[in-house]
Amino acid sequence: MVSFLRFLINGISLGSVYAIIALGYTMVYGIAKMLNFAHGDVIMVGAYIAFCAISYLSLPPVLAVLCAMAVCTALGVIIEGLAYRPLRQSASLAVLITAIGVSYFLQNTALLIWSSNPKIFPSAFSFGTIKLFDGNLVISSETILTIIANIVIMIALTLFTGRTKMGKAMRAVSEDKGAAELMGINVNRTISLTFAIGSALAAIAGVLLCSAYPTLQPTTGSMPGIKAFTAAVFGGIGSIPGAMIGGLLLGVIEILGKAYISTELGDALVFAVLIVVLLFKPAGLLGKPVREKV
Amino acid sequence: MTQTENKKRLLDTKMVPAPSQGIIPERDYYSTPVLEARHLGIEFGGLKAVEDFNLIIGKTEIAGLIGPNGAGKTTVFNLLTKVYQPTMGTVLVNGKDTAGMNTVQANKLGIARTFQNIRLFDNMTVEDNVRIGLHNQVKYGMFTGIFRLPGYWKQEKRQHEQALELLSLFDMQDLAGVRAGSLPYGAQRRLEIVRALATHPSLLLLDEPAAGMNPHETEELMHNIIKIRDQFQIAIMLIEHDMNLVMGICEGICVLNYGRIIAKGTADEIQANPTVIEAYLGKKKEG
Amino acid sequence: MKLKKSTINNIISYGIVIIAFIICQSMISSGSMSRSLRGQMIPICVYIVMAVSLNLVVGISGELSLGHAGFMCVGAFSGIIASAWLTAAFGLENEIVRLILAMIAGGIVAGVFGVLIGIPVLRLRGDYLAIVTLAFGEIIRNVLNCLYFSLDGRKLYVAFNNPAIPGTILVNGPNGAKDVAKISTFPVGFVLILFALFVVLNLVNSRSGRAIMATRDNRIAAEAMGINVTKYKMMAFVTAAVLAGMAGALYGLNFSTITAAKFKFDTSILVLVFVVLGGIGNIWGSIIAAALLTVLPELLRAFADYRMLIYAIVLILVMLATNNPMIRSLFGRLIHRGGPAAQAQKGGAAE
Repeated sequence: MVSFLRFLINGISLGSVYAIIALGYTMVYGIAKMLNFAHGDVIMVGAYIAFCAISYLSLPPVLAVLCAMAVCTALGVIIEGLAYRPLRQSASLAVLITAIGVSYFLQNTALLIWSSNPKIFPSAFSFGTIKLFDGNLVISSETILTIIANIVIMIALTLFTGRTKMGKAMRAVSEDKGAAELMGINVNRTISLTFAIGSALAAIAGVLLCSAYPTLQPTTGSMPGIKAFTAAVFGGIGSIPGAMIGGLLLGVIEILGKAYISTELGDALVFAVLIVVLLFKPAGLLGKPVREKV
Repeated sequence: MTQTENKKRLLDTKMVPAPSQGIIPERDYYSTPVLEARHLGIEFGGLKAVEDFNLIIGKTEIAGLIGPNGAGKTTVFNLLTKVYQPTMGTVLVNGKDTAGMNTVQANKLGIARTFQNIRLFDNMTVEDNVRIGLHNQVKYGMFTGIFRLPGYWKQEKRQHEQALELLSLFDMQDLAGVRAGSLPYGAQRRLEIVRALATHPSLLLLDEPAAGMNPHETEELMHNIIKIRDQFQIAIMLIEHDMNLVMGICEGICVLNYGRIIAKGTADEIQANPTVIEAYLGKKKEG
Repeated sequence: MKLKKSTINNIISYGIVIIAFIICQSMISSGSMSRSLRGQMIPICVYIVMAVSLNLVVGISGELSLGHAGFMCVGAFSGIIASAWLTAAFGLENEIVRLILAMIAGGIVAGVFGVLIGIPVLRLRGDYLAIVTLAFGEIIRNVLNCLYFSLDGRKLYVAFNNPAIPGTILVNGPNGAKDVAKISTFPVGFVLILFALFVVLNLVNSRSGRAIMATRDNRIAAEAMGINVTKYKMMAFVTAAVLAGMAGALYGLNFSTITAAKFKFDTSILVLVFVVLGGIGNIWGSIIAAALLTVLPELLRAFADYRMLIYAIVLILVMLATNNPMIRSLFGRLIHRGGPAAQAQKGGAAE
């Protein structure tokens, strides 16, 4: 029972990381209707920046995270402006391949700068542990921090998209770009803003991910990126609460599956659940099905 | 239902004209109606887009479905072709119930249609578009196709000839090799009709066939619709806003407003019907 | 008239492939081809077939598949097992016969997987379909990492997560297949390319192929014309799976060791890049892109560490350039000079 609780908490923690990444995916998809395959690699860049800030510059962890967020935000905006914006009118496959190109680019740049040798991410966020059930259940501070970060981000984003002018503009652009433009919304700036927010979240996710799994490599971001993408689809791509629920469920399923079914099949299980869900809800848990007008 | 029963019933209705019955031309009395819709309707989340739609179309009738914008005309077509599953009522095609069928089965039963917003296979040639229509008329499988077995050449040749013959209805045989998406608007509409005809329907549904055509083209289209009916001995139902076309060629006309049939009759009857005039022009000022 | 034209086009296609093969083969036998490039010849054949078959799904049937490497993976391991079993059970030593039979086995097994995966996948649309193909690709790889195969005399043993099985181990879970008899040859790879071309080009110019393209261009209109959309999407999907399985078998039997990790999501993406860069729906483009991009990293060897970076930049720039309206209209004008006949012939999405 205690071990189940431990796995559950670990699952929620991992799921929180997925959820934060998935939020970036889902926001970008909602507004730009593109699968941003480079998103996972922005996570990796964020983690490396935080790593450098802490290890080489000896910055305090909070400042390191802010640093990573700033770099990733800039990176997200630059990528959107240089690589994706010129393709806005093109076929979605062209944008997809470009995103893959950006992903290769980021990975290989990281490879040149930081080499393929894994870096051990400093445990900057360890403030001790909480012991429950006579020390049988140990919860690390990273775990708690991750879960809290997830909740805070979720609330902040919901308020932002629901209450603020920029947030409403984002929703308008994701509904109908042309109409939004006619209403005087600057579509380019709104899309840039979405990429900025998504990338900043990716930086946070990168730091949190590497606090829990401290090996940092140029390919660190790709698998969590794919899983978070899965989480976004799972919850209904384009939906912010969907990304949150999808991420959490995916994390829990992965950890419980690895613990109770098979370590090797943990990932397969995640994908199998996704398939089953999509068969019954073809637009994801919270997605709304679109009907083609005849 | 048997032929005699049906004949009797139709004759009865002739004697006691009920508001829900169709205006069937006399020549079609003795054959099974191609279409019979009974209390057909659909609800979209509580909103009744079409309700209590009753219509009979004779075997070689040209029928018109008219009504103001948003009256539910295209929805009726979508119900008949099973793009939407009706939530109420039944549709009989050539006397067969279509309950539970999908679009493909409805087509195989004999309903073909064109679309209001043209839906051609844009990246394929004009001829290939017609060949898609002929799909179920040609029977050879994937392996015959890949390994070019003898059946392939024979059937491809026949299909090619049939496609050109159908295209010649609208004098389009010279356009056979052109990409369908690059055709001018009017030609695209004509190609859609040819493509639908290629499926050998017994009822052809035309959704605004004259939209975007100039008066000369419309005139030609009217002749062609009659020509198609005479040559193929099929029924045609069309949605159209061009009243010259509707009043000129439709033998029975059905007027739809707010999802309900408000009038049925011949062109003269419809033109004189006060409810129809009100639906189109609004109520007269009181007082 | 049209029939003849497409037939002539196909004959030209085969002719060019045959000429390319003769050139490569004579370069190999005269020794004028570098060692590293020679080692690339079979992978090039494999990737060409992968790209042509994926183009059938992405270009001809219009569905984005991100899990094509999964079928290659299934084909590779089925081929390896079939090849070893044929020798053990029937004493079949002839390498070419064994290779061909192994490729057929790989194709059949991949085809079965194609049907099983296609049933759920093809019910979905657009990006949802894409993510589910990705998911299946990953599941196949993950499950294979837990499978153990061994041969004891004529008997083939399979175990899940349990390496203790009798006989000689063929596939050793996450360690993959070891001591595989390397029986793949370049000429057989070339024949496989011809076969894939034959299947895809002939399919496109047949009743079934037209139905597949109709479902791509307009699903609703295709249904209204009495075309069973799921059936034809399935046909494209399974045919592509069979071809990918055959290519996988050729690939698997080209290396003495191979693990399922070779067929990661990245491989699916790589093949997709070939298809998109070559032009979606353009079979010729797929062939050229697959050949060039497989060789490109080799050619960039001089740049050592920078080569993948250059590859990435080239990829982005090519995508930006080919989708730039100005460059497009320039190309459009060039094509326009081909005259109306060439223009009409361009109608078909393939060729």
